[in-house]
Amino acid sequence: MSMDAERRRRSRKWADFPLAMAMIAPSAVVLGVFVLYPLGRAVWLGQQRCNNFGGNCKSQGFGQYVDLFRSTEFQNALLVTFKFALLTVPLGLVAGVALAVLADKYLRGIGAFRAIFSSTVATSVAVASLMWLFLLQPSVGVLANVDWFNGLFPSVKDPGWLQDPGTALTAVAMSSVWASLGFTFILVTAGLQSVPRDLYEAAAVDGAGGVRQFWSITVPMLGPTLLFVLIVLTTRAFQAYGEVDLLTDGGPQPQDSTTTITYFVYGQNSPIQSDAGLQAAGAVLLFVILLALSALQLGGIGRRVHYGD
Amino acid sequence: MATDTAPVAGERGREAMAVADDAERRRVRRFDEPTGLRRAGRYLLLFVVAFIVLFPVYTTVIAALKPSDKVLQNPLLPDAFTLEVLGDAWTDGRLGRYLLNSLVVAVVVTVAQVVTSVLAAYAFALLEFPGKRVLFLAFVATLLVPLEATLVVNFDTVDSLGWVNTYQGLAVPFLATAFGVFLLRQVFLTLPRDLRDAAAIDGVGHLGFLRHVALPLVKPTLGALALFSFLGSWNQYLWPNLLISEDDKNTVQSGLRLLSKANLDRPNLVMAGTVIAAVPIFAALLVFQRQLVRGLTAGAVKG
Repeated sequence: MSMDAERRRRSRKWADFPLAMAMIAPSAVVLGVFVLYPLGRAVWLGQQRCNNFGGNCKSQGFGQYVDLFRSTEFQNALLVTFKFALLTVPLGLVAGVALAVLADKYLRGIGAFRAIFSSTVATSVAVASLMWLFLLQPSVGVLANVDWFNGLFPSVKDPGWLQDPGTALTAVAMSSVWASLGFTFILVTAGLQSVPRDLYEAAAVDGAGGVRQFWSITVPMLGPTLLFVLIVLTTRAFQAYGEVDLLTDGGPQPQDSTTTITYFVYGQNSPIQSDAGLQAAGAVLLFVILLALSALQLGGIGRRVHYGD
Repeated sequence: MATDTAPVAGERGREAMAVADDAERRRVRRFDEPTGLRRAGRYLLLFVVAFIVLFPVYTTVIAALKPSDKVLQNPLLPDAFTLEVLGDAWTDGRLGRYLLNSLVVAVVVTVAQVVTSVLAAYAFALLEFPGKRVLFLAFVATLLVPLEATLVVNFDTVDSLGWVNTYQGLAVPFLATAFGVFLLRQVFLTLPRDLRDAAAIDGVGHLGFLRHVALPLVKPTLGALALFSFLGSWNQYLWPNLLISEDDKNTVQSGLRLLSKANLDRPNLVMAGTVIAAVPIFAALLVFQRQLVRGLTAGAVKG
């Protein structure tokens, strides 16, 4: 009797198992083969050196990760990437919030302005970067051929902002901030619309001005949205590849002023481009750094963010 | 967006909410509408910022519409007009072909991601089976792995399958997405248990329930996911660059890269290519604005 019940219970437990496996299998196979396996394989490959064709690999021991991390080239890429993140993330966040707050009023035609502010979300990295390449290019670019502008800023023509090691990274960062403006604007706008208006009315009654309302109501209520945008923008900065590839090829050389980590791993001018082992090691280091950064942001700021009901 | 999390509040509840919404909106309008000088100042700021945001787009479009000998004079003024350069970018730059390639790959990826996500999400949300938690954790873990960390090995995998320079190579690694599974699972979990129990009593199996009851209820989320998958595939840059060396198989993004690297001295041609590559997505997003906002905010809702 009790064994019968036990068997029935167990068969019920397994009843949906075949169906569940069949439904999960397509996703599981793709994610297993193209996300989890390559990550594991890259960790293994990262301690090897290979020939030009990625074959004939020889183990170097896991010390290779340390060697690569300490190498001048990787340290340079790491520094460039951190600088790039420091240029793009705060500016992108502030610009996105400013635009969203600016457009968060009921005015005739505000829909058109919102559409314009969102519009850069429709540009791919290639489209956005080429638009900026044409703006900044020193011989055939727009700004270099506007007389009053190149009179004001001669460096736009000679050597060119993308060609000067001192300004190249900032110029690439501007392109990147512009490209992600639409994304940040849309998210912050949605966040603003979910802030209960009574809070502002109550604050106004209590005599709080616009600035006070912004810091005491808007910012805390936007907390989760801002944290999400912060993490996404930081991740994007560390994954920056297309804008570097199209605008500067990682240069100007020989300083590699715009060689980000991702470009260091995959770029056509990269010194490790022909060694799958070192490339894998670089890719794994990128993963570890991103993971640590997200954890820091979630742990450090996330704990102070208030999630409403 | 909140409508998604409470899709079955009941007709009466929804009506009550709509009425409250209207009242709220009227009140907000009165409170929020700037007047007089403030209003003029706000408009001025809006116009200035809109000008700055649109500036790169403006210079791109007028360059694309200028003949080569005029493009460097007055780059800020539309003082000459031709459609010839757009034609050149379309034929010589092979933008037509690249658009088609991108479209094929993006449609395949989108359909596949929606289907695989629906199936897996349903199993995780409504089926009980041993090992469910561990499997789901493995799915969520894949969200933490950046694409860039996998491509070195994925190139080898795709190469050993003989898929370098093929549509399969471009599409197959992206036929599933943990983001989609996660997103749809959240929505499936909000379906009331009674709904499924009633269907079971009527003898409706899981697949029938999924098709006739669950899917129609989560349609808005499906739209958002589809748009997201399409954009994700369309905007891929690094993977096609690594994979494609035969011109016939370039996507719009890798094709634009070729166009720009080969024609640095012809900015109007490159800008014409950029316009051709950008227009379809601008148009699509104008139509699917709601899905876009829904898709973008879906990621942010619960952090």
